[in-house]
Amino acid sequence: MGAFIAFQDVTKNFGAVTVVDRLDLQIAKGEFLSLLGPSGSGKTTILMMLAGFERPTSGAILLADKPITHLPPHRRQMGVVFQNYALFPHMTVAENVAFPLEMQRVPRAEITRRVERALDMVRLSPLKDRKPSQLSGGQQQRVALTRALVFEPDVILMDEPLGALDKQLREHMQLEIRDLHRRLGLTIVFVTHDQSEALTMSDRIAVFNAGKVEQIDTPQAVYDRPRTRFVAEFIGETNLVEGKVVEAGAQQAVVRVGETALNVSGEVSPGRDVSLSLRPERIRLGKEPAAANALNVTVADCIYHGDHMRLVLKSGTIELVARAERLAGDWAVGTEAVASFDPQDCTVLAS
Amino acid sequence: MLRALQIVFGILVVAFLILPIIAILPLAFTSSVFLTYPIPAYSLRWFEELVSADVWRLSIVNSLIIGGGATVLSTVLGTLAALGLRASSLPFAGLLRTLFLLPMVVPAVVLGVGMQIFLVRLGLASTYPGVIIAHAVLCVPFVVVSVSAALQGIDPAVEKAAMSLGAPPVTVFRRVTLPLAVPGVVSGAVFAFATSLDEVVITLFVAGPNQRTLARQMFSSIRENISPTVAAAALLLIVGTLCLAALAALLRRREKRAVAVP
Repeated sequence: MGAFIAFQDVTKNFGAVTVVDRLDLQIAKGEFLSLLGPSGSGKTTILMMLAGFERPTSGAILLADKPITHLPPHRRQMGVVFQNYALFPHMTVAENVAFPLEMQRVPRAEITRRVERALDMVRLSPLKDRKPSQLSGGQQQRVALTRALVFEPDVILMDEPLGALDKQLREHMQLEIRDLHRRLGLTIVFVTHDQSEALTMSDRIAVFNAGKVEQIDTPQAVYDRPRTRFVAEFIGETNLVEGKVVEAGAQQAVVRVGETALNVSGEVSPGRDVSLSLRPERIRLGKEPAAANALNVTVADCIYHGDHMRLVLKSGTIELVARAERLAGDWAVGTEAVASFDPQDCTVLAS
Repeated sequence: MLRALQIVFGILVVAFLILPIIAILPLAFTSSVFLTYPIPAYSLRWFEELVSADVWRLSIVNSLIIGGGATVLSTVLGTLAALGLRASSLPFAGLLRTLFLLPMVVPAVVLGVGMQIFLVRLGLASTYPGVIIAHAVLCVPFVVVSVSAALQGIDPAVEKAAMSLGAPPVTVFRRVTLPLAVPGVVSGAVFAFATSLDEVVITLFVAGPNQRTLARQMFSSIRENISPTVAAAALLLIVGTLCLAALAALLRRREKRAVAVP
């Protein structure tokens, strides 16, 4: 089965600046894909090309195996939710939601019925005669979402739709959108620079940096097995450790870090200098010498975070940050300890 | 001390600007045939003169015809120009915008001479269409400025949203862009009408005796026979202009509220 949406070798230049660089990307039907990256990484441009507001400089975009590269936006059947909602300020909530149905020449009576049902679903019926300026941010967001969903488009595109909401409302809307995705089997492409948002909501995450895909994987894979230094640092917190590969096998390797040889996961060739990524919460701290993958460390600092502690550990020139649960005991500054981890939790980075 | 001086100076400037206007108004109600103080008794005879005398009645009708025509013409042209200037792909947009605004700064006499020669060539000198065209040229900049401001207030994402929801470009314009620009169009039209109403110089050049407007009639009347009818006409013009200005201000406030989406 072919991909539902496909970018084939798509490049976009603005003048001399390459914003999207030879992108190949497949999105399956019913998938929730997040485009994650810092601002200027090209993620919004990709969304705008998919919606039809920008033309690729070269390459092709396919929807259900048909090229849509040059199809104007109004013939693409994609619901777009913009960052600032982009509601029609001169229309009421009900008129906003009715707009896409009117464009499809749905009969009057049916429009009324469908608008009512859609507004009921997001509990906005009592506000249907208000103008957008009379609504709160969260309500406007719901109207924008409803307007994008009501005409049953093939794809929903969202450009940082939750960016303007406060934290609590944002988390609530994240779950609401995730729920809608599951219930209606929608294909959603979601642009965000918020990694926790991407981890919470997506089936897959595409991490972008400077117009290129760094990694496309499930949230777990992106977090647990980052392929590049950029991904490891951009998503969550990590320890980067430099070392030299002494032995390499299938999907695993032995890397010498200082005086210690560590078993790690990843595909590399022997003799290379590499960076390793090790997440703070994957470090086990103990008093007893561990059998393998252990570093003798000294606790250099201990920061209290309420539900957990952050420990700064030193082993020679290497400095690691570890996360210790409250139950794991007290770690006074200056304590000698042993830090160990499983080979699959420490990943060799490609660059 | 400085503050007090500022206030006094401010009051003086306002007085300088407004007193001449206020001074003429009571004379509209004089019973005397002279346009001078003191006023012997109050009467409405000059207003009767204004509506009964043929020259005055005709000039009021002319002002309305020409003002209306110039408003419609300049509003259509100015709105189209503002829409065109908005397109990002337009080359020399800045230069074109300056050109459209030029009639605001070009001396009216220069414009008047040019217009007269041009309209004679076209056979439109001393005709209603000729005067309407000449006035429209003067009014277009006000419409361009006002509509451009309204268009600038429209979030481009709103139009993109309409497109993505299935609206072809013409529908986006009709259902989204135009309704959001309407307050700007209307206040531009109000300015255009007011401009045409008190225009004298160009009218002197291009209008024949049959297209004599109220402003033009006041001008000649004050030179030929100084009758208080001029004061009555002035009152009419001032009240009319104030009403239009109030309408424009009202629209501007509504426009601000409509665009101000948090």
